[in-house]
Amino acid sequence: MIRFEDVTKVYDTTSRPALNGVTTEIERGEFVFLVGPSGSGKSTFIRLVQREEKASSGTVYVSGRDVSRLSSWRVPHLRRDLGVVFQDFRLLPNKNVFANVAFAMQVLGKRRGLINQAIPEVLETVGLQDKARRFPHELSGGEQQRVAIARAAVNKPAILLADEPTGNLDPDTSWGIMEVLDTIHQNGTTVVMATHDHEIVNTMRRRVIELDAGKIVRDEPEAGYEPADSTAQVQSRLRKSEVR
Amino acid sequence: MRFAFILSETFSGIRRNLSMVISVVLVTFISLTFVGSAGLLQMQINQMKGYWYDRVEVAIFLCNDTSTASSCAGGGVTDSQRDAIEAQLASEQAAAYVESYEYESQEQALELFQQQYANLDMAESVTADQLPESFRVSLVDPEQYEVVNEMFSGMAGVEVVSDQRELLESLFSLMNIASVIAIALAIIMLITAILLIATTIRLSAFSRRRETGIMRLVGASKTMIQLPFLAEGVVAALLGAALASIATWTIAKFFIADWLASEYPQTGFITSTDALWLVPLLFLIALVLAAVSSMLTLRRYLKV
Repeated sequence: MIRFEDVTKVYDTTSRPALNGVTTEIERGEFVFLVGPSGSGKSTFIRLVQREEKASSGTVYVSGRDVSRLSSWRVPHLRRDLGVVFQDFRLLPNKNVFANVAFAMQVLGKRRGLINQAIPEVLETVGLQDKARRFPHELSGGEQQRVAIARAAVNKPAILLADEPTGNLDPDTSWGIMEVLDTIHQNGTTVVMATHDHEIVNTMRRRVIELDAGKIVRDEPEAGYEPADSTAQVQSRLRKSEVR
Repeated sequence: MRFAFILSETFSGIRRNLSMVISVVLVTFISLTFVGSAGLLQMQINQMKGYWYDRVEVAIFLCNDTSTASSCAGGGVTDSQRDAIEAQLASEQAAAYVESYEYESQEQALELFQQQYANLDMAESVTADQLPESFRVSLVDPEQYEVVNEMFSGMAGVEVVSDQRELLESLFSLMNIASVIAIALAIIMLITAILLIATTIRLSAFSRRRETGIMRLVGASKTMIQLPFLAEGVVAALLGAALASIATWTIAKFFIADWLASEYPQTGFITSTDALWLVPLLFLIALVLAAVSSMLTLRRYLKV
């Protein structure tokens, strides 16, 4: 479904690569956690799959297509196979829940009849069937993220990419989101979720790809994640800068 | 569905960006009105050329007793000289250039002179023998004046060959300068319009970056993403063109066809119907404006 072959991504030639010689493969129907500290290359990984970025070297295959050789007018076709969810929800504030989800279908030219049929279904999947007429500012963060997931899933993409979907949410709400992602996964969608929430990773016991400084340092099925103590790291960095 | 959606996106963009859109409409309006005015001037020049060139002749003035020109050193034209000139006008050689000619005697010249300057006291004191007799020649092709000039100016008894078109040429060159100025102003305004449309599209793209971001995300086509912005520029430019067309037509109708034509009834003026020929041109320029500014902008600010 997604295959990286010796992929390197350099944003800025003076600093180290965001991804450095990454080779991995994610099969159809898998649920994969992409873990690692900030700056380890998780977001770059997702952006390469979306072809928001092009690999500096190496090849990225998505659904059998070499995305770097996709012509710019074919890129939208690739993205129709992908649903994407972000930490900051990215909803349209002037549209209600129904209209936010409908927007994703309208811009693909879907028929009104299909839209009116698909949206109640997907809102039920994410548990928002009663809130279709609410506006984003009337919803909690967790509910907003459910709307974003509904929007990502409504066109039935083969792959769902989630970049820190629980990053802005408290632990209880995060679990609700995970349940929704799990439901979508069980309906046959491949899910790739970038996160550094170790509690979630440890409880779900899925395949874990751990990145550090742009390299895959671990790739285990049904694994957990113990991040280095980030507080200790920050403190040691602060101390070093004081010494200087 | 798709078309209606793009249309509604376009109008929501115009609503959000109303003041910018209005300024685009006005700038296109003014610049295209300059283009239209220059067009009217050119049409008027052509019209007058056609009108006058049919009436204006080459005059071969013959020497009279009071002529001071060096070619008239021998005194007034003699009968044999006049006959020679007339024979030359009627000759095969001249037939290629001369359409017709007419002889104007001193008495006829006096009559015309007194008619034209009836309001001057001096007209009364002029006598026939002070005026030159002449051949009034109309040419097959008015541009061929030089050939005729060479053919006759060397002949004995000819004082001067004058091309009355020259008088008009100075008027036409004045009008040409005016239309060049109008075009120059129009070009400056059109450049302003292009930049303004580009800025409008950019602002519009910025104010709708959430929407376009989501559109990219879910795989909306390039057309779907960019067309509303393009359409916004096109709608504004076309509105400007419509206003400019109305303005151009109004100038042609009320200023030229009604007012100028009644002030100067003996001159040929363009009609307001002629001005309608400029309308498609103005709309075409507006479309090109919108296209150029969109090319400048969409590629940079609305990547897919």
